Amino acid sequence: MIGTNRYIGSPIERIEDLRFLRGRGQFVGDLKRESMLHAAILRSPVAHGLVAAVDASAALAIAGVRAVITAKDIGAVPRIPLRLLPLPGTERFLQPVIAAERVRYVGEPVAVVLGDSPALAEDGVGAIALDIEELPPIADRQASGRREILLFEEAGTNAAMVFTGVKGDADAAFRDADYVRRDQFVVQRYTALPMEPRGILAEWDAAQGRMTVLGAAKVPFFNRDTLAAMLGLSPAQVDLIENDVGGGFGARGEFYPEDFLIPFAARHVGRPVRWLEDRREHLTAMNHARQADCEVEIACRSDGTILGLRGEVFVDLGAYVRTNGLIAPRTLAQCFTGPYRVPNVRMTSTALLTNKTPSGTYRAPGRYEGSFFCERLIELAARDLGIDSAEMRRRNLIGAGEMPYRLPRLEPGGPAVDTECDSGDYCETLDRCLVEFGWEEKRALQGREIGGRYHGVAVACFIEGGGAGPKETARLDLEADGTVSVYVGSTAVGQGLETVMAQIAADTLGMPLGQVRVLHGSTPFLDEGYGAFASRSTVLGGSAVFEAANALLAKIRTAAGARLGCPAEQVELADGCARALDGPSLAFAELAADGLRVTTAFGNDNRLTYTYGSAAAHVAVDPGTGDVELLDCLVVEDVGRIVNPLTLHGQAIGGMVQGLGGAFLEHLVYDASGQLLAGNLADYLIPTMTDFPCLRAIALENHRSPSNPLGVKGAGEGAIIPIGGLMANAVANALVSFGATPNQLPLSPARVWHMGSAKQSTRILE
Amino acid sequence: MRVSFRVNGDPVAVDVEPRLHLADCLRDMLSLTGTHLGCEHGACGACTVIVDGAAVRACLMLTVQTEGASVVTVEGLSSDKALSPLQTAFRKHHALQCGFCTPGMLTTAHALLTEEPDADADRIRSALSGNLCRCTGYIPIVEAVLEARAAYRKANRP
Repeated sequence: MIGTNRYIGSPIERIEDLRFLRGRGQFVGDLKRESMLHAAILRSPVAHGLVAAVDASAALAIAGVRAVITAKDIGAVPRIPLRLLPLPGTERFLQPVIAAERVRYVGEPVAVVLGDSPALAEDGVGAIALDIEELPPIADRQASGRREILLFEEAGTNAAMVFTGVKGDADAAFRDADYVRRDQFVVQRYTALPMEPRGILAEWDAAQGRMTVLGAAKVPFFNRDTLAAMLGLSPAQVDLIENDVGGGFGARGEFYPEDFLIPFAARHVGRPVRWLEDRREHLTAMNHARQADCEVEIACRSDGTILGLRGEVFVDLGAYVRTNGLIAPRTLAQCFTGPYRVPNVRMTSTALLTNKTPSGTYRAPGRYEGSFFCERLIELAARDLGIDSAEMRRRNLIGAGEMPYRLPRLEPGGPAVDTECDSGDYCETLDRCLVEFGWEEKRALQGREIGGRYHGVAVACFIEGGGAGPKETARLDLEADGTVSVYVGSTAVGQGLETVMAQIAADTLGMPLGQVRVLHGSTPFLDEGYGAFASRSTVLGGSAVFEAANALLAKIRTAAGARLGCPAEQVELADGCARALDGPSLAFAELAADGLRVTTAFGNDNRLTYTYGSAAAHVAVDPGTGDVELLDCLVVEDVGRIVNPLTLHGQAIGGMVQGLGGAFLEHLVYDASGQLLAGNLADYLIPTMTDFPCLRAIALENHRSPSNPLGVKGAGEGAIIPIGGLMANAVANALVSFGATPNQLPLSPARVWHMGSAKQSTRILE
Repeated sequence: MRVSFRVNGDPVAVDVEPRLHLADCLRDMLSLTGTHLGCEHGACGACTVIVDGAAVRACLMLTVQTEGASVVTVEGLSSDKALSPLQTAFRKHHALQCGFCTPGMLTTAHALLTEEPDADADRIRSALSGNLCRCTGYIPIVEAVLEARAAYRKANRP
């Protein structure tokens, strides 16, 4: 590294803010093309049925409706492949890009209408006569498991996958344990809900044989390859362009049916086509997440040492296995034990199909649910054993001397998907959290009634697996004006990628931030790229930029040495100049003519980074109304190394509030016929500015990751993880005198009121 | 229907269908795409603009209702040269991530502080509680608006 920049570690104000604050962002809905048509999609109004007829004649009679596309126009209907965990057997449950004979959830695409305006296209949708013979739906995972109805008869099962996480000998541990407890827990179905709904603008250039798709996000390279295969094109004929993106959180940017339908439509009619999802269809079309329940057991010694965990988790996956639909079920089997040393584990996780919108990843998939399950179970065990909540956790956290610590083996998957906690001192963040929170003082309030409200505190610990492989690509070009263009395969979904990558590049190159220009995501920039998922951009994209910058410096030295007539190692680089020892110098701009360009791929052998931390909360519960006020909530996490404290803090606080939405508010309620009852933002409640004003987050950088040259760890999904379990335990502790066992999320006012009024354990509400 | 009004100080006249709401008019006919649509049913606040001084959901107002009105959008909050004090405070406090809700946050906060430059944190939270943000957790937005109050007090001083 040259120069004396200290961008890494500094709270650099974001580059991207300048356009967003002026309303000059370029989101896909802001883009237009000459002669562009607008698409609207007819979606199944029923959960399960056979498509008898789609009569578009009335739609086509509307002036300004230009085309209606159904499965018949497409011919052999492609099915959407898995991007992650494409295990044998899953091919039976993949989603077709459009329903041909059968619909399996409310919201499944049946036809695409193209019109001169969005309103005319929607008028066309309303005019299509859709005849569906209804079939009885599978409304929940229990019915799915009974197999009286099969979503795919030829498969003979509704279980899309069964994972098992195994470590040691769980049954032996339970035989020998002083203490065993079994419980059931439930997490509801909810969704990521980015503020910008999805959108796609597709252009087909018939003369050149090129498809250009704007509005790409998250994983443009995988989606380019997928789209090309479906359209019968080569990847080189397809460009996916990333524009500004209004939030992702895991859900946006996966390959959805529309990612085929809109480009297909553009080629079909030979005109650009734009589709902008409205909020109602977003709630039925975009991946849902989280819905899982479990029956699990814990075995302990009488001193609280955990000997084993075993049990079964069931995930209500919805109607199909989508691109990343198996990640949450996988993580629940493999990472159920979180940051705790559990020598004996056997956890199965079954992904069951139901007639609901398919599920996918949402920020900390499987980890949020698993943390709720595990933290509730540990809290109940601690109470039974008479051990303080914090002490119970301290006794069982993985020790610094045990790193790297291997998590359970996953089947199917085997050694290829083994993972281990990489570094850190988990008790250090717990102790820091307890001190900052004031645990010793606040726990005296446990269960106390003050002015009609009952106070409770809780503590929880977590690990965040981030930095998923396999690799990321960066290309650095020295430009004619002496600046450097940084191209990276990582993608921006609002997390501040441009700024973070510019900090890493500028520090490494020893150049001012303004001399570095970051371009990301779009497929024309690079031959390959991987994108933004599993908190990987700073880890892999950042490391790729770091290595490419060092390689570019080496090239600059060599080129300057040749020009200056000295060995490369004698060339000094500073302030945008290359200088021979005591000799003449060359500006970088003068060297640009040499075509200095470097492309580097950084791989991590699929070794995840593990950010870890602890969280504490203090609530006051009104048993008369079921209202829970969050008086204080703190997350302390160690992220290895902080690139930008501003953006990192934003990830932590933002993640906490999303977690609180899941803990208290958000719920995609379905009725018994498979109808979604939360179809708008008046029914689907996300946190507002008045809900959770008292939040704190502290980030440490005491233990770097050994898996990458920057020492960073993925850090976008940590703070959300403990929130569900933390809130349930705080409410349980507040209402301890009522015998409350909040084992089901969300902690809605009705549920909390029920716990506070019944003076008895609540059953799992149906 | 022919409608005449002012946008960010400039007079405009548009021919619109009666069903066209103001947000679509601003975005599609006037190319002011800073006003974002997040729900189109008045729940998210992303499309908030200022109509005759009041923060209004542009998705719930028909274009024809703006006849003779003065409309301010996010594009009208600052000049090309510099960010406004409110925008500067948003940047300093990292009060935006994806930037999609940001125009509505800015217009709502601007309307609030123009009327109430002494608004306290509770008042700010209450006034902005109809603007949804999924990224920030809101805390930095409150901090930014609190900091920006000084500039509005100054501007209001006779």
